[in-house]
Amino acid sequence: MPSAPGFLCLDWILSLVCVWLAIGIAGLFAPRSFHYISRVLYPLGAAVGIALAVVAFAALPATAETMVLPLGLPDLPFHLRLDALSALFLLLLGGASAGISIYAAGYLRKGEGTAPGLQCLEYHLFLASMALVLLADDAYAFMVAWESMALTSFFLVTSDHRMPEIRRAGYIYLLIAHVGAIGILLCFGVLQGNGAEGVAGYTFAHMRGMDHNDFWASAAFGLALFGFGAKAGLLPLHVWLPEAHPAAPSPVSALLSGVMLKTAIYGFLRVCLDLLHHPLWWWGVLVLTLGLATTLFGVVFAAVQSDMKRLLAYSSIENIGLLFVGIGLTLTFQAFGMTALTVLALTSVLYHCLNHAAFKSLLFLVTGSVLHATHERSLGKLGGLIHRMPWVAWLALLGVIASAGLPPLNGFVSEWLLLQAFLFTPDLPHGYINMLIPVAAAAVALAAALAGYVMVKFFGVIFLGRPREEKLSQAHDAGILERVGLCWLASLCVALGLFPVFVIEKLDHVTTSLTGAGLGSAMRANGWLLLAPIDADRASYEPIVFLLCIAAIVVAAFLLVRRFWHGRVRVSGAWDCGFPMQTVRMQDTAEGFSQPLRQVFEPFYRLTRELPGSFDKKPMYRVIVQDHFWYWLYLPVARVAELGTRMVAFLQQGRISIYLLYSFVTLVVLLFLIRG
Amino acid sequence: MSHLPLYAQIINLLAAALLLLSFAMLAQRRILSLINLFMAQGIVLCASTAVVAAATEQHHLYWSALITLVLKVFLLPWILHRLIRRLNVKWDIETLINIPATMMIGLMLVIFSFNLALPISELAGTITRSTLGIAMAAVMLAFLMMITRSKAVPQVIGFLAMENGLFFAATSATYGMPMVVELGIALDVLVGMIILGVFFFQIREQFDSLDIRHLEKLKED
Repeated sequence: MPSAPGFLCLDWILSLVCVWLAIGIAGLFAPRSFHYISRVLYPLGAAVGIALAVVAFAALPATAETMVLPLGLPDLPFHLRLDALSALFLLLLGGASAGISIYAAGYLRKGEGTAPGLQCLEYHLFLASMALVLLADDAYAFMVAWESMALTSFFLVTSDHRMPEIRRAGYIYLLIAHVGAIGILLCFGVLQGNGAEGVAGYTFAHMRGMDHNDFWASAAFGLALFGFGAKAGLLPLHVWLPEAHPAAPSPVSALLSGVMLKTAIYGFLRVCLDLLHHPLWWWGVLVLTLGLATTLFGVVFAAVQSDMKRLLAYSSIENIGLLFVGIGLTLTFQAFGMTALTVLALTSVLYHCLNHAAFKSLLFLVTGSVLHATHERSLGKLGGLIHRMPWVAWLALLGVIASAGLPPLNGFVSEWLLLQAFLFTPDLPHGYINMLIPVAAAAVALAAALAGYVMVKFFGVIFLGRPREEKLSQAHDAGILERVGLCWLASLCVALGLFPVFVIEKLDHVTTSLTGAGLGSAMRANGWLLLAPIDADRASYEPIVFLLCIAAIVVAAFLLVRRFWHGRVRVSGAWDCGFPMQTVRMQDTAEGFSQPLRQVFEPFYRLTRELPGSFDKKPMYRVIVQDHFWYWLYLPVARVAELGTRMVAFLQQGRISIYLLYSFVTLVVLLFLIRG
Repeated sequence: MSHLPLYAQIINLLAAALLLLSFAMLAQRRILSLINLFMAQGIVLCASTAVVAAATEQHHLYWSALITLVLKVFLLPWILHRLIRRLNVKWDIETLINIPATMMIGLMLVIFSFNLALPISELAGTITRSTLGIAMAAVMLAFLMMITRSKAVPQVIGFLAMENGLFFAATSATYGMPMVVELGIALDVLVGMIILGVFFFQIREQFDSLDIRHLEKLKED
């Protein structure tokens, strides 16, 4: 709640953003002073994150606040607005960045890539620009914040810019970010209408008031889908994601995946549900289809990765796909005026945004700890780390369960809500859609199952079994600051999983402001324990009861085994099936684990396999899995662009006479035209 | 043509001389003669400006004529002579297109310019309006000379000759530009000449030659 009538939540948030900027600039004063930056500035940034989350939480139920900043161009000031949707995503930003910043304080090492002070500047500028994206209330402020977000994150991704593959990843990222930004800019241009209002037309307030015909509304929608889809990693604009996320340092990957992708979701929701009022039904179906394709693509590719950060990046693509599926459902329901179901689908989207921010950040930070402990990111060279790094391993287990969508953690709640929304699609008053969408529900269920498979692979290959390399015995557990960051995010996962009724009640403020209705009132009648989105008779979920049951079963099983089985334990070599000589190399590898899936989904991949011959002295087995889209879509576009530039370069002959001839011919032609 | 006043006849004569000199410059292979032709063009320009001044009693045009005389008849040719002596480049010029072909292109340009100037000179109320086409032709021919020469010094002379054509166009169409503009242009030409002179020495130091074809290597591949 606002503390004083003169000082609103928006003022508080703006001051916190300024503190972030100040922290970033403070890093420049002593760019090489490692201790000052990692022990003072980053924890300070984390504290600001927590404060931001608290203020945003207080702002959720409040009415929208607006402000005009005396910044920007003459006659084009920045407009800011804090409403429930912004507040929710600011809460997400503050909550996730708090954990990531405190982790980054412990993660920073001397002599890695960019100077720490510079990185501190980029990092906090990145955070501040994301906050401004969420607050912007006009196209100009939005684009400025959006672009500074893209640029700062580019510099963060290329922290280790001495490696050519990282520079390449950064280049692809920047390219697609800018192609997407063009889409967003054009979208705002369409939304602005005919420009009769002059300068005032660029504010969101004006766009909200406009009433577009179907054609222009669809054009704006398509451009928004393209622009925000490129930032979110929607198929087929996803290629930057599996390149940029592994290239970045782990806290940055966590921010990119956990928070920045959500700003794209925020922007898309803002345009589709706030600025455009009347969605057409085929928008929803289009988004749903693209989302489904993205989900399946992401999870199928995640299954065959053998680099742990790439695996998580593809898993992010899958989750983005799920979010778009939810948005598609929301738009479809809204187009047919089914408010209760719109709210259900929208709630699942918002809930999943929070969940993904928590568990994916956690998992990326875990890979950071593993990377620092072992200097290895290939799954094939890890293993058995649960003995060396118990803290990291157990916290990773929480993240893995959440990500796999298993109860009682948070991933389950949102996926369950999404599937509930799907179950009501037969009510849709459209012949084909209500028959086809249940098929999509099956695909979502398949993706959820495969996501579980991927997470088993991630956790099992890294932490279980025996160490595959000698040097893994040197691995050490995460430091105290890193543990604090991991615990913070893990506790978010647990809290979001155990108290869904409370969370949904808060989400109601957002759904009410966007669609005019909420789920909470119906649910509160059932009490705090029972989550029943539509009707308690139809489907309900009680996470705490579930947790207690699981805990009881685990304890009972443990005790029973101790009591009855222990007497019969005998010690012998594990898996010693008549083959006495065993090495750690004989464990199931990452490639081996995913081999069945690779067989099943073979047409999805572009596989290059090198098999050893019969007489090889040093037999090597290698599989390279590539993306068809790269060859089918990106390389042809690149070739056309190159051809075009070559033709332009033909003009540049390097001879002064030719250049003079150009101006001469231009002059003569122009004179001739005037004469005519 | 006999019914034209005397002044107009003199101006037409001078304009014809200017055009002839432009063609002569286009055909000339030797740098030394090129500079002399440039000087002759300056004299013609000075004379025509003075005649226009006398005919129309525009006194500021006398000043223009004086500036032209000093700058284009004495100062610039003197600088150019000095330059080629210092650079030792008196020999023949290679052209990129052979001379007869260049002359043919020049002829077509003259026809084009006359055609172009026709509606404009209808509008102009000056006694010298018929010479506008010639002035434009002089500009075009000078431009053509810049294109077809491969050495740096003739290109600069082409540049200066182009300025002559523009100056002539200004006097023939509107009785000259305001004094301030004219002084500014005169200064520009002078400064440009000095800078280009410095560049000549730099180019030669780099490539041991003034052939601008060496500059083709500057292209990015």
